[in-house]
Amino acid sequence: MPISDVPLLVLLLKNRVNAGFPSPAEDLGAKRIDLTQLLITHPQATYFLRASGHSMEEAGISDKDILVVDRAIKPRHNHVVVAVVDGDFTVKRLYQRAGRVKLKAANPTFADIVPKEGQTIEVWGVVTSSIKQFPV
Amino acid sequence: MYALVDGNNFFVSCERVFRPSLNGLPVVVLSNNDGCAIARSNEAKALGIAMGAPWFQIKHLVEDAGLVALSANFALYGDLSDRMMSLAAGLGPQQEIYSIDESFIDLTGVRGDLVARSHKIRSRILQWVGIPCGIGIGATKTLAKLANHVAKTAERKPGSYSAQLAQVCDLSALRQSELEAVLVATPVNEVWGVGRQISKQLTAAGVNTVLDLVRLDPVMVKRRWSVVLERTVRELQGMPCIELEHSPRAKQEIACTRSLGHPVTELTALAEAVTEFASRAAVKLRKQGSLAALVMVFIRTSPFRKDPQCSRSTTVPMRRPTSDTAAILEAALAGLRLIYQPAFNYAKAGVMLLDLQSDQVQQGELDWNDGAGKHRGHLMSSLDGLNQRFGRGTVKLASAGLQGDRSVWSMKQERRTPAYTTCLADMPTAKA
Repeated sequence: MPISDVPLLVLLLKNRVNAGFPSPAEDLGAKRIDLTQLLITHPQATYFLRASGHSMEEAGISDKDILVVDRAIKPRHNHVVVAVVDGDFTVKRLYQRAGRVKLKAANPTFADIVPKEGQTIEVWGVVTSSIKQFPV
Repeated sequence: MYALVDGNNFFVSCERVFRPSLNGLPVVVLSNNDGCAIARSNEAKALGIAMGAPWFQIKHLVEDAGLVALSANFALYGDLSDRMMSLAAGLGPQQEIYSIDESFIDLTGVRGDLVARSHKIRSRILQWVGIPCGIGIGATKTLAKLANHVAKTAERKPGSYSAQLAQVCDLSALRQSELEAVLVATPVNEVWGVGRQISKQLTAAGVNTVLDLVRLDPVMVKRRWSVVLERTVRELQGMPCIELEHSPRAKQEIACTRSLGHPVTELTALAEAVTEFASRAAVKLRKQGSLAALVMVFIRTSPFRKDPQCSRSTTVPMRRPTSDTAAILEAALAGLRLIYQPAFNYAKAGVMLLDLQSDQVQQGELDWNDGAGKHRGHLMSSLDGLNQRFGRGTVKLASAGLQGDRSVWSMKQERRTPAYTTCLADMPTAKA
């Protein structure tokens, strides 16, 4: 058969065809780990405070750590709490036994805070995590 | 049935969450520029400080009565408001956020004891967020608002109403005689929608208490006053006339006005202030998807200073309704040059965008061939995007001035507390 010498218009298809194996992960819809989900249970009640000082070293709280404070949790004996002492925020361990309430440091070189006659301890929130960041 | 949840002395309460030492002290929060009191603690109210009292008139109370005055910290208030609103929403199926510290809840279909449920929500907001609030319940929004006033006043001023109505007040649960006792103890000017003028006229007509108002005939009220007051009376009588608004309605006008940090006489400094106000107003305009047909600009001196006074404004029509910052600014600056008079100490300036319309509807017109087209829209959305991502004022029109000279007119906020919850560097500290 003679080859025609009439020019023929050839359309160039620019679309690429994906010919690989489809990603098996596509249908799983896995989401990357989100730390806020782990750290925050009650978003409306959660505030962040920065620790300043060394009285809680043995509880794992160092100077400049970020404290995650949840105000929705009812404070109980042995919780690490943020309390209001003389108008300022203090982080300590709550001691609540045999009708006695005090705030204990987690460092033997610090004294307990015991409310004086007629004074009450106001717990502002319960510390649920302490975030430490290392210099890099 | 509706509930109104309203934060008590909201801005002051927000400050107290992170400054417990302010509890029990007289505290006021001052408006932008530390102009006047916009929130007062109960102790400050007891000192006789009125809402809107100018700062210079109450300044002496800092020395005389231990008053603490703070500059408004809207980053903090906005965050705590958001927390409060989301807990208040638990009260019923639908919520209308009415202002930064108030929301209406539609209680339709909510079963059980509404008062007990409201107390529960109230103490959750207090415990979780740290904000005390009052909750009013009634058959209409106007009654819910009135109930809220009763709940707050009964708590703040023991003896004003029955102590049982403190914190949470459900007017619909009262017996007729109890309800009348509440209404007769409440002056008409406390009713939602009754302004100062109307309440003066009502008092002149012998209508002093809410009970007097409820007993008026709505038809007569419409004839003698207005259809608006008629609606209020019907609402007070228990007939719902005002529905819940689910999405905030597009504003009919947008304003950006400020007192200037320091009095300004130069046109260039005023132009910089007006440029920034016009730019901010244009951002708000685009956010709600509107176009403005008129731009109003004003400048005035301070009535509190003994300087010569000057207060002028003008309205500049746009060739076509627009949301383009450059076009709005051009109009605002043209207006400013028209009204500016030298040798006055200007203390306040502002830009208002009026005659707003939706950007979805466009008037067909002949081709002016002036280059104003769709790609300006892209430019504006890029501008908004950059400023949102990198902070307000990252990209701006050059007449807004460069940093440094801004200090001449920008806001005075000498007493602002840190943005505790919205800025990492401002996080509150706890002694360890």
